[in-house]
Amino acid sequence: MIHASLKQLSQALAAKQISSVELSTLFLDRIERLNPQINALVTVDRERTLNAARAADARIAAGTAGPLTGIPIAQKDIFCAEGWRTTCGSKMLANFVSPYDATVIRKMEAEAGLVSLGKTNMDEFAMGSSNETSFFGPVRNPWDNARVPGGSSGGSAAAVAARLAPAATGTDTGGSIRQPAALCNLTGLKPTYGVVSRYGMIAFASSLDQAGPMAASAEDCALLLNTMAGFDERDSTSLDRPQEDYARDLDKPLAGLRIGLPKEFFGEGCDAEVMAAVRAAIAEYEKLGAQIVDVSLPNSHLSVPAYYVIAPAEASSNLSRFDGVRYGYRAPEYDSLDDMYMKSRAQGFGAEVKRRILIGTYVLSHGYYDAYYLQAQRIRRLIANDFVEAFKSCDVIMGPTSPSTAFKLGEKAADPVQMYLSDIYTIAVNLAGLPGMSVPCGFVGGLPVGLQLVGNYFAEAQLLNVAHRYQQATDWHQRRPAGIE
Amino acid sequence: MNQWEVVIGIETHAQLATVTKIFSGASTAFGAEPNTQACAVDLALPGVLPVLNKKAVECAIRFGLAIGAEVAQKSVFARKNYFYPDLPKGYQISQMDLPVVVGGNITLQVGQGDKAYEKVVRLTRAHLEEDAGKSLHEDFHGKSGIDLNRAGTPLLEIVSEPDMRSSDEAVAYAKSLHALVRWIGICDGNMQEGSFRCDANVSVRPKGQAEFGTRREIKNLNSFRFLKEAIDFEVQWQINEIEEGRKIQQATVLFDPDSGETRMMRSKEDAHDYRYFPDPDLLPLVISPDWIARVKGELPELPGQMRERFVHELGLSTYDATTLTASQEMAAYFEAAVAIAGKANAKPCANWVMVDLAARLNKDGKELAESPVAAPQLAGLILRIADNTISNNIAKKVFEALWNGEGTTADEVIEKQGLKQITDSSAIEALVDEVLAANQGNVAEFKAGKEKAFNALVGQVMKAAKGKANPQQVNDLLRAKLAG
Repeated sequence: MIHASLKQLSQALAAKQISSVELSTLFLDRIERLNPQINALVTVDRERTLNAARAADARIAAGTAGPLTGIPIAQKDIFCAEGWRTTCGSKMLANFVSPYDATVIRKMEAEAGLVSLGKTNMDEFAMGSSNETSFFGPVRNPWDNARVPGGSSGGSAAAVAARLAPAATGTDTGGSIRQPAALCNLTGLKPTYGVVSRYGMIAFASSLDQAGPMAASAEDCALLLNTMAGFDERDSTSLDRPQEDYARDLDKPLAGLRIGLPKEFFGEGCDAEVMAAVRAAIAEYEKLGAQIVDVSLPNSHLSVPAYYVIAPAEASSNLSRFDGVRYGYRAPEYDSLDDMYMKSRAQGFGAEVKRRILIGTYVLSHGYYDAYYLQAQRIRRLIANDFVEAFKSCDVIMGPTSPSTAFKLGEKAADPVQMYLSDIYTIAVNLAGLPGMSVPCGFVGGLPVGLQLVGNYFAEAQLLNVAHRYQQATDWHQRRPAGIE
Repeated sequence: MNQWEVVIGIETHAQLATVTKIFSGASTAFGAEPNTQACAVDLALPGVLPVLNKKAVECAIRFGLAIGAEVAQKSVFARKNYFYPDLPKGYQISQMDLPVVVGGNITLQVGQGDKAYEKVVRLTRAHLEEDAGKSLHEDFHGKSGIDLNRAGTPLLEIVSEPDMRSSDEAVAYAKSLHALVRWIGICDGNMQEGSFRCDANVSVRPKGQAEFGTRREIKNLNSFRFLKEAIDFEVQWQINEIEEGRKIQQATVLFDPDSGETRMMRSKEDAHDYRYFPDPDLLPLVISPDWIARVKGELPELPGQMRERFVHELGLSTYDATTLTASQEMAAYFEAAVAIAGKANAKPCANWVMVDLAARLNKDGKELAESPVAAPQLAGLILRIADNTISNNIAKKVFEALWNGEGTTADEVIEKQGLKQITDSSAIEALVDEVLAANQGNVAEFKAGKEKAFNALVGQVMKAAKGKANPQQVNDLLRAKLAG
């Protein structure tokens, strides 16, 4: 049962082969047993989970259940959930109990009837690519406990990979769903900006943040996205579009699909064996009837520098509310108001968060704004235009998700630029606001490799179709790490 | 003083009369228990997002149309970043580069009577923003309290050009703006509650000099009197500084009403770098021509339009028309009076409203809305003057009686108190004869060329008539008799 797909779990629940309480207990017990080793979850509340499971069972019994009612799921600790500690991986919010639900939580719990198992560990305020910046300690990759699971949704990735949960939510500002999915052998989807509401999702970089599902397969992701997506009047950047069934095209044949390969994603900077796995996956697509098209994203080399202006700029302002006045960490001793601000923020934030606040404050400062922030916004438009051009000749763009497999804990922690470069292929997608996925496509030295798929705006259903057909033809996504049974 | 020219520009924060806040659904009602009207968005809990209140935008459109400005088809909300405990997000959502209203102007009447003149003040811009909360520094045992009820209340910040040249002009501008925002229903104008507050940018320069002097900004003036006192003090202070050889440093100052002085709050060096940037949580505000047209259709007749109508249709002077349209209440009162007294009596209606009624209200410290004499009562009184039932002098008595509730209509007061004017010429003639017989001394003086003696005789006749004789008839008859 722990390896079952969401569809299988749904059928088992509907057929009363298992109750939601039993299923939830199964995963809660696994968390209790395995989490101390990988540190994927930071908050578990058995009673809250079992209450939700009982309510789900009642809905199933009453015949008012939705397709995913009663299925347990892990929630990234970036989503506010009423009555639940919501930390965002930070000392600043280590004791913050949210008085309200994020829209994603409300839709998944109250509407779809999913049962939250706990809150997953993450890089502090989603700033990181290795999960080492968390106040609650690093998460370990279930494929190799000496290695990182990726970040910032590293706790979610590790939880699903270790089958502490059948699936999880993540958020992706520069690759935070796709990169950990790649490093932990999961399927992860970052939707088009505006498809999933950001209300109640603690902001890192508002114009880039987007929530999405992380699971064992494209099919699971499609079913989860059905519960997450939709217009929300509480989020002004949410898009008012008709509700979609993202699973509708899963089985469509791929004959005639045009796959664009940007030369910029196949040059230097990527591990050769990772690249070989990606090329093998593309060859598999050709067997499935797809054609290969050469495309170019000439400005993509500017995406990392542009991102590290825009994201910190927004973050420096978004994180101003954490001032120790109304909630969150306040320094125990201070002499004055300014002293309280300084000490609370100096003690409450970790080093990476402070680094980005400093960068963001600098680039927005008088005299620097035009040279950095406005310039980065111009580059952002150029990058988006590159994709618009590319999609004139192809349906989906492919390449590696991450330039390497999972690296060792501590390996890049001292070198922020090396760390930032691990998102070199994912960041442009956020800057353009496009949907992107990572799909398992092989192993190097026993560590998973991810294939990145980038679709046109609102092409989530198509991306899921492209990923699903590949997963029908391959079994990379079904491989499990050793030692989790 | 005479060789100095004063330059004043005013920034006004008008609290918009919406039911809910500009970016949340919390109530904007004044006076609730602290922090009872602050929702998750106002408290800036982690994860919350702003959603723009369309009613606040409509207020801005109304204002833009009322001052003949351009309503921007696209404007942008920006974050103004700074730390303060009553600013929960650590930034204020405002507008910077692209405000919702650009340009426009306001015509004001400065001074009274013969010294009155008209002045056009240009507006730079008006933009939407949210208010901060309040810090409460009393009664917290050495700590400060924070009340976030006001946080997120919609404001329209209205910025004038530095077009004013005296504190009187500044006050006239502030009063006109105050009347206008109430007229178009976007602000309740309650200055005690902080719904309408002004910052004055003040500088002085030698007369004839083209460039402006260095300005100092006086913050948060919440009454017209303080505005005038603060500017007058500041101007004198700046002149003294310059005349004593010191340079004015750009600064923000506060006015202390108790001492009547301004004192420095922060210098230019201490000024914040607000790190403005477009708020990524809000899309650019796009206002369609249709929306503007719809709001235009809902606007009441504006003071400027009404002023033109009073001049052209009612034959009032520009001064009268401007004075009467200084507030919607006064204009409405005047129009109600004219509706009954008739257009032919528009001028007397104007005089009564502007002079007699205004003086009486002033004497009792009452607002027009509290006037014991309603417009129909005043119109009834004016009709009795017009048809010679009473003289202007008697009318003042009747008005006073109406004011004191001694009757509900002018006719009732006139009847009850026997104030009807004597217009029967034989009755007046009898009185004139009586007076002439009893005052031979005055008659002789008049005949010797002393015009004053005539006035004395008129006074005697009026006295004998208990003021009720028609003054014109008394005059005519006296002249005739004395000539004869």
